[in-house]
Formats: sequence, structure tokens, C-alpha cells
Amino acid sequence: MVELAFFVGAFGAVGGAVAVVALRNPFYSVLALVVHLVFLAGIFLLLRAQFLAAAQIVVYAGAVMVIYVFVAAYVGGIEEPMFDSSPQLRIIGPILAVALFIEISIAVLGSSLTALGTEGTDKIGAGFGTPEAVGKLMLEDFLIAFEAASILLLVAAVAAIILAGRKRPEKKVT
Amino acid sequence: MAIEWYLVLSALLFSIGFIGVLVRRNPVVILLCLELMLGAGALAMLAFSRMLGDQDGQVMVLIVLVVAACEVVVGLGLVVAMFRRRLPLDVDDMKELKG
Repeated sequence: MVELAFFVGAFGAVGGAVAVVALRNPFYSVLALVVHLVFLAGIFLLLRAQFLAAAQIVVYAGAVMVIYVFVAAYVGGIEEPMFDSSPQLRIIGPILAVALFIEISIAVLGSSLTALGTEGTDKIGAGFGTPEAVGKLMLEDFLIAFEAASILLLVAAVAAIILAGRKRPEKKVT
Repeated sequence: MAIEWYLVLSALLFSIGFIGVLVRRNPVVILLCLELMLGAGALAMLAFSRMLGDQDGQVMVLIVLVVAACEVVVGLGLVVAMFRRRLPLDVDDMKELKG
């Protein structure tokens, strides 16, 4: 049962990812990423990360993708010529990526970590990955990271306004 | 399900995102492919978190989620600024900073 859920999630996630790269219209790429993120959230659930699966759907598929859709609609669906990048990159890019995948796979499968081949430790409590557990950890052990993230969000919001905001004519100070 | 499967899936998703960043030229699509790569990293982190029975990895993924949101906001702000200035939305043409 777990295997079935994993492979359905994996096929969906990989299919969505391939569609993001392969579709010409950026608008469709955004929608393909939503599909990818929903399947990825399913795989997160298999890893007992309930809170993160929910956060992934709410934050990414809900909020971030709306920004993407707005920008893609604002900029307009530019049908770019398929893979019309500089010719060296067009050939070398996929080769590098396949080499990277093979290398990581060899590193993962050939590593001597015996724990890798197992289901993972059995010693996880019932509260593993729930909002209570993650929130408690976040506000007790990782408070500084939490605060730094909030400041980062504020800085990013100001930066977006400055970058994308319309320039107003300066008012004369009298 | 052995944890290896999750790690190989994560490597595959990362490689697909990597192809996209190298091959595509539209900045919006490049940002989408960066999202793919970040998601692959999050998947690997959650797999190890499950393997070790330690929830610290999940907090880390949450922070990565925040950083990704910031990156999207600034990146799309740049795209809108490029569009306003009538610059071509093509990263190959944006090379004035090249030395």
C-alpha cells in the first residue's frame, strides 16, 4: 500500500517536473508546477511530515503560485522557441544533469550507511511531524532561525515593492 | 519503503530542475525550475528526518520554504521591473553586467 502511494506520488511529481521544463508557455509551466507540488505533498505525508505537507499546499500551491500566475499573465504568455538557448548549453545542460543524477544515485545506493535501506527508525512517537511538535521545536530550539526568517520575509516584501513599484514623480519640498 | 527510494527520487527531481535552469531562457520558468530544485532538497531532508526519527529536519524544511518564498518575491519583482523597462524577457540578453 505504501509502495503504491509512493509510486503514484513519484510518477506525478516527476511528470509535473518534466512538464514544467518542457512546456513552452510559462503559464502552463506554472500550472504544471502546481500539479508537481500537490504530488510532492503526498510524498511528504508518507514521510510523516503532516504539517509540512499542509504548509506546502497552502503556502506554495495556494499563495506563491498565485503570484506566479499573476506575473505570467501580466508579462504575457511568451511562446519561446523550444530549447533555443545558446547551442553549447542546449547540448551540455542535459548531459551535465544526467551525469549529476547518476552521480547522486551512485552516492546514495553505494553508500555504506546501512540505515538507508531500512524503513527508517521505529522509534518515532505519535506526534512526529504534527503542527504541535514542529511548532514547539521552532519556538524553543530554533527561535533565532524563526525570527531571522520573519525579518527576511519583511526585507523581501520591501524589496519587491521597491523593484516592481511604479516610480512616482518626486514632490518638491517647500 | 526504503529511504533510498526517496533519495533517488529527490536526485531525479533535482536533475530535472537543473536541466530547466540551464536550458530555458524565460526568467519566470527559471524561477519555477529553482522551485523544483528546492523541493527536491526538501524531500531529501524529510527522508533523512524520517530515517533518524529527528524532527529538526522538518524545521529546516520550513525555513527553506520561507527562503523560497522570499526568492520568488524578489525574482518576480525583477521580472516585472524588466517588463516595465521594455527589456526582453530573456536571460541570454541580460548580460550588461558581464565583465
